Amino acid sequence: MGDRLGVAKTYKLFIGGKFPRTESGRTTKVEDAQRGVAAHVCRASRKDVREAVEAARKAQRAWAGATAYLRGQILYRIAEMLESRRAEFAEVLTTEGTSADDAQREIDGAIDRAVAYAGWTDKFTQVWGGANPVAGPYHNFTVPGPVGVVAVIAPDERPLLGLVTLALGPIAMGSTVLVLASEANPIPAMVLAEALATSDVPAGVVNILTGFRDELIEHVAGHREIDAVHAAGVSAEHRQLLREGAAENLKRVTVRDTAGDAWFDDACASPWWIEPFVESKTTWHPSAT
Amino acid sequence: MGVTTAPPSPTPVFRPGTSPARLDFSSGIFEYAAAPESVRPGIADAYGLFIGGAFVDAQGGKRFATINPATDETLSEVAEASAKDVDRAVAAARDALPAWSALPGLERGKFMFRIARRIQERARELAVLETMDGGKPIKESRDVDIPLAAAHFFYHAGWADKLAYAFPGADPKPVGVCGQIIPWNFPLLMAAWKIAPALACGNTVVLKPAETTPLTALRLAEICAEVGLPAGVVNIITGAGETGAALVNHPGVDKIAFTGSTDVGKRIAKAVAGTDKALTLELGGKSANIIFEDASIDQAVEGIIEGIYFNQGHVCCAGSRLFVQESIADRVIAKLRDRLGTLRVGDPLDKNTDLGAINSPAQLDTIQRFLKLGRDEGATLHEVNGSALPDRGNWCRPSFFTGVQPSHAIARDEIFGPVLAVMTFRTPEEAIVRANNTPYGLAAGVWTDKGSKIFEVASKLDAGVVWLNTYNKFDPTSPFGGFKESGFGREGGRHGLRAYVRL
Repeated sequence: MGDRLGVAKTYKLFIGGKFPRTESGRTTKVEDAQRGVAAHVCRASRKDVREAVEAARKAQRAWAGATAYLRGQILYRIAEMLESRRAEFAEVLTTEGTSADDAQREIDGAIDRAVAYAGWTDKFTQVWGGANPVAGPYHNFTVPGPVGVVAVIAPDERPLLGLVTLALGPIAMGSTVLVLASEANPIPAMVLAEALATSDVPAGVVNILTGFRDELIEHVAGHREIDAVHAAGVSAEHRQLLREGAAENLKRVTVRDTAGDAWFDDACASPWWIEPFVESKTTWHPSAT
Repeated sequence: MGVTTAPPSPTPVFRPGTSPARLDFSSGIFEYAAAPESVRPGIADAYGLFIGGAFVDAQGGKRFATINPATDETLSEVAEASAKDVDRAVAAARDALPAWSALPGLERGKFMFRIARRIQERARELAVLETMDGGKPIKESRDVDIPLAAAHFFYHAGWADKLAYAFPGADPKPVGVCGQIIPWNFPLLMAAWKIAPALACGNTVVLKPAETTPLTALRLAEICAEVGLPAGVVNIITGAGETGAALVNHPGVDKIAFTGSTDVGKRIAKAVAGTDKALTLELGGKSANIIFEDASIDQAVEGIIEGIYFNQGHVCCAGSRLFVQESIADRVIAKLRDRLGTLRVGDPLDKNTDLGAINSPAQLDTIQRFLKLGRDEGATLHEVNGSALPDRGNWCRPSFFTGVQPSHAIARDEIFGPVLAVMTFRTPEEAIVRANNTPYGLAAGVWTDKGSKIFEVASKLDAGVVWLNTYNKFDPTSPFGGFKESGFGREGGRHGLRAYVRL
């Protein structure tokens, strides 16, 4: 009795609403603070990046076509799902030695961030769009729309809150994302994936990969079907790699310097965290015959 | 000016109900006497660089000629800025930055209002100069370029003291020293698009005009001095690609704003990848103009003409891919042929001229290469314009291709000339898919009298500017800029300010 062996889990990838193993067949271990094995995760390959981009692309038009009200409901549902999985998040966030209190704080932050972004879906257009009083008989207005497919490079610090914060701005306005989870502690990202899979988020809107930045960043940077990048906690070399690769198809790259308590700052849910992931479309129509 | 004394030509007889009841435009009924613009702006033999509020020679004294593309005559010689000159200009902008950004917004705005006024007051001179240096028809520089340049300064002047209201909840700060590189198709207007928002937001600038069209930017430098703009706030340096590269790579520049080709834009993006420089790019396009069967056909044909032949087609948002619904294709093409025949190509200073000179021999070569490529790939060229062309200068009559396949170079690549690729479609869905099937995403046009259809199609087009039942309209309050490989950032409107502030 008492010596029962636990069932160790290998976390899989989250692509197109499904949980495939990496096509490479490779896994890597995640160590806990005592350098024991906390779990295994997939070590995603270039092919997995491609699959994730394809899934995100496939889901994007329909997601953008959903009403802002519906997207808001679905984002709020994410907050509900996070709340109901607090215990599991608390466990995986403390893996790396984070204190229990600090883990609770991070979970609170992530839930509140989802609530904040849920409210943006049907307001950002009113804040950043507008009518333009041109000098002529034209009805002229500017409306922000989604940039398309966004690659999110989540920071090692705050593996849940950082990821949620970087991903929600693009999603709120109708983009879809592929996320490169924290390399140091990817498990909270995969717990999030399991929560999303049973939420109302349509398949392909969020896709999550685990693996090594050194291997994956150049594939993200060079992929021509990715329209924008939202990254935090990346090295100067990775930042340059992202920007150089982005130049090939003129991806919009935003790299955040956010660190420490700044992740909890409400400014991370300001419209200026959404604005880099919209394309503003200006429409002219004659208003006189 | 008046209608002319063209020898009596056989009067076309129009008999309703008979067929074909079409006017013969080749018969000379629309000939006009020349109406050349009489004002001649004073042009100096040579111009220096405008650095720190004064005109100075380039170090080493290098110069290059700027040529009137309609006559091949050298108009003036301008200084060619070396890397050292770029250094001087950036240093002047850096020196001017603290005082300029600390100036109360209303005071900054007042300098800009003065600039707007002086552009208005000197409009005629600027229009003629623009036309002489760049080749565009005087009616366009007079009615579009120069008034809009003034309007851009006027509009942005008013933002200088209101920036906090433009970005709710944020505290906008200037970016710093802005390096700005502009093309030759709208020389003064592009200078205004770049300089006005930068100054309103408290930045200082180093602007490089295109090497074939430096003269109006240098005149703008005179205006800056004339209105007492503090030295170093605006610096204007002339030169070609090397000067531009020195500006892009200069460590003292905080932001690069570039308007030009997608190729060069990508190189710039790569060059600044390892730096902290902010970047906005307004690049090429291959914009779709979509005509539905329920459009007002005559208006649509005017829109097609306006879309592709405005400014000799040297327009990044030119409606260079025409998609016509199959059921009306024959009618539209017939009307297009007729209308093409009435366009006047020739002396840009003539107020009757519709298409002026091609900006440079190099650009003319590019256009001619595409004309040949289009024929070689099997498309049918319609070259129905019979304008008599001057003996000297760079000229290209407006034309269009039918029988174009989506894979043809003339349907994919930006030609930047008066060449239209005509294609047909059957359903709105097909039109949208084909319009979006390009790496570019700058602009689009949609023509139909059905309200819900026009807005549905507009919402599905991947383009930063969509003109509905109109084309090629511009205004300082109206954001302009592209999706995808047409660049990033917007110019004009509240959105355009975003590129010149840190939040």
